Amino acid sequence: MTTLTDSTQHDTHADDHHDHHIPYGIKRWLNTTNHKDIGTLYLWFAFIMFLTGGAMAMVIRAELFQPGLQIVEPHFFNQMTTVHGLIMVFGAVMPAFTGLANWLIPMMIGAPDMALPRMNNWSFWILPFAFLILLSSLFLEGGGPAFGWTFYAPLSTTYSADSTALFVFAVHIMGASSIMGAINVIVTIFNMRAPGMTWMKMPLFVWTWLITAFLLIAVMPVLAGAVTMVLTDKFFGTSFFDAAGGGDPVMFQHIFWFFGHPEVYIMILPAFGIISQIIPTFARKPLFGYASMVYATASIALLSFIVWAHHMFTTGMPVAAELFFMFATMLISVPTGVKVFNWVATMWRGSMTFEVPMLFAIAFIVLFTIGGLSGLMLAIVPVDFQYHDTYFVVAHFHYVLVTGAIFSIMAAVYYWLPKWTGKMFHIGLAKWHFWCSLVSVNVLFFPMHFVGLAGMPRRIPDYALQFADINKWISIGGFAFGLSQLIFLVLLIKACKKQGEPVSDQVWEGAEGLEWEIPSPAPYHTFETPPIVK
Amino acid sequence: MSANPNQTKNNKLVLKLAAIVVGMFGFGFALVPLYDVLCDALGINGKPSDTASVYEAVEIDESRLITVDFITRINTGMPWEFKSETRQVKVHPGQLNEVNFYVKNPTNTAIVGQAVPSISPGPAALYMNKTECFCFEQQTLQAGEELLMPMQFYVDPQLPEEITYFTLQYTLYNVTASADVVAMN
Repeated sequence: MTTLTDSTQHDTHADDHHDHHIPYGIKRWLNTTNHKDIGTLYLWFAFIMFLTGGAMAMVIRAELFQPGLQIVEPHFFNQMTTVHGLIMVFGAVMPAFTGLANWLIPMMIGAPDMALPRMNNWSFWILPFAFLILLSSLFLEGGGPAFGWTFYAPLSTTYSADSTALFVFAVHIMGASSIMGAINVIVTIFNMRAPGMTWMKMPLFVWTWLITAFLLIAVMPVLAGAVTMVLTDKFFGTSFFDAAGGGDPVMFQHIFWFFGHPEVYIMILPAFGIISQIIPTFARKPLFGYASMVYATASIALLSFIVWAHHMFTTGMPVAAELFFMFATMLISVPTGVKVFNWVATMWRGSMTFEVPMLFAIAFIVLFTIGGLSGLMLAIVPVDFQYHDTYFVVAHFHYVLVTGAIFSIMAAVYYWLPKWTGKMFHIGLAKWHFWCSLVSVNVLFFPMHFVGLAGMPRRIPDYALQFADINKWISIGGFAFGLSQLIFLVLLIKACKKQGEPVSDQVWEGAEGLEWEIPSPAPYHTFETPPIVK
Repeated sequence: MSANPNQTKNNKLVLKLAAIVVGMFGFGFALVPLYDVLCDALGINGKPSDTASVYEAVEIDESRLITVDFITRINTGMPWEFKSETRQVKVHPGQLNEVNFYVKNPTNTAIVGQAVPSISPGPAALYMNKTECFCFEQQTLQAGEELLMPMQFYVDPQLPEEITYFTLQYTLYNVTASADVVAMN
C-alpha cells in the first residue's frame, strides 16, 4: 500500500506566488480550473439531472399505475421515456462518475490537479448548455425526442419531429464533454503520478477510470458519427438508413450499438473501482487479488467491443453471427465473476463494520449480480427472442444501472463526503436513505422481470389487463424510490452547510490511500509538492 | 506562474489521444461502406447485385429444380399498383427465365419509383443473377400510365445444395422528390 514520507502539506512561500485566498461568488464557479471545484460542479449537476430524469420516471410510472390512458398522451409518454433515458445516461451517471474522477484522481495519485485544468472547466460548463437545449426541445411544437434514447432510424429520421436537430446538437456537445474529460483523465494518470506510484500501485478507482477513459475516446466519436448521419438523413437528403436510397436501417443499429455496448461498460467500470475502494476499508483487509482485478477490468473493456449485436438478435442475422455474439457475450461474465468473487473474498474473514458507504457497497454486490444474471439470460439467443423488447430487458438494465451504477455513486458520495467537507454527514438520514432506497428499488424493478417474461412489451403507455396488478406495485415502488431521494437531498444540503461532527484525516478506520493522508476537509490545493510513494 | 514541467509530455499525449478521437470518428463513417462490403462478401443481408449479369457459357443443371417466389410491396407514400404476373416459378439453375411485373400510376401526377429487391434466405442472394431488371434504375410513370416491366434472371448453378426454395421481394419506393429532373420528362 502507499504511504507518504512527507506528510506535512503546507501552502508555503516555497510555492509559486499565487493568491492565498480562495475566490468566491459566481466568478469562482464560472472560471474555476480547480479539480475539486469542478468535481463539485459535476456532482451537483449530476444530482439535479438525476432528480429531473427521476421526475420523468414518475410521470411514466403514474401513467402505468393503472391500465388505460389517464394522465398523458402517448406521444408525450414517449418523450418522457426517451428523455428519461438520455438524461440518466448522459446527465446523471456519466457526469457523476466524471465528478468523482475530478475530485479523487489527483488526490489518489498525489498530483496537484488534473493535467489540463482549463479544458476541464470547459468540459463541465458545456454540459448545462447541452441539457438546456435538450430539455427546451420538449416545449417546442411537435415535442421533443420521442424515439427512445437509442434513436433508431427510420423512427428518428423519417418519422420524428424537427426538434431532432436539437437532440443531435445536444448529443454532440455531451460527447465533446466526455471526450475532453477522458483525454484529461488519461494524460493526468499517465504523466502526473507521484514518484514511486507505479502502475500496479495505483488505486483501483484510478485503474478503472483509466480504462473507462480509453473506452470513451474510442466510442464517443462513433456516436457522433451516428447522430450526424441521422441529422443528414433527416435534413440534408442523405440515405444512410433509407432503403429507397440504397441505405439500410439495420446498419443504424450496428453503428449505434458499436458505441452503445462499450457505453454501458463506461457506465459500470468506475462503479467497480468505487466498490474496490470501499470494501477493503470496512473489511479492514486489503483488496483480494489486486492484479486480477486490473486484468479483469481490462478484459471486460476489450470484450465490450465484440458483443454489440447481442442487442440485435431479432434483426435476422445469420445463425453463425448470432452464435458468435452469444458466446462472446457469455464470455464477459467470466472476468465480471472474478471481480465479484474477489470482493467477497476481500470480506471473507475481514473485521467488518457496516457504515452507510459499506451498506451501499454490499447492496451493489448482491443486486448488480442479479442484474448480471438476467443479462446472462438475455445473452442466450433463442430465449432472447422471447425477452427482447419486453420488460425483462428493462428489469435487467435498471438493476445494473440503478442498483449498480447509481448505488455505487451514492456509496462513493457517502464514503468521500467527509473528506470533502471535513464533517461527518447526518448518519440517521443516511441510514433512512439507504434502507428506503433498498426496499423501494427492489419493489420497483424486481417485478419487471415477471411482467417481462409474461410478455409485457417495453416503451408502451398502456398494457394488457393481465399486467395490471404487478404494474401497480412497480409504480408504488417507483414513487417510494423517488421520495427516498429527497432524504439524500436534505442530507446533501446539510453537508454543504458544513453541519455535522468534524472528522479526522483518515475519517474511516481502515481507509488507506493518499487521499486519506491529507486533512479533512481537503485543502483547496493539495500535493503541490508531490509525495514520495513507497 | 512557472511553466509546467510536464507541458511537453502532456501536449504530445494530448495530440496522440486527439488523433485516436479523429480516427474513430472516421471509423464510424467508414462503417458505412464496410457494412456493404461485409454483407456482400459474406453473402448475407439478402441484397442481390444491383448491376446486370451477362448470360454466357452457363451450364443448365437439369438435376435440380429451384422454386422462386415473387412478392411485391409498395412503401408508404407510393400510390402505384405493383404486382408480379407469376407468383412462383420452378427453374433449373443456369436456365434463363423471364418474369414480368405490372405497375400502374393511378394518380394525376408523374411519379418516379425505385424498386429495391430483397432475397430470403439471405445467402441465396449471392446466386441470383439478373441480366435485366427494372430495379437497376428509377422508373417514371406519367399520370395514369401503366407498364409491364420484364425481369430476366438465372440461378447460379453454384447455389448450395441445401437451398431449394427462395423468395424475391421487391419494395417500390416513391423517389419523386429526389429524382433527376431529366428522368421526369
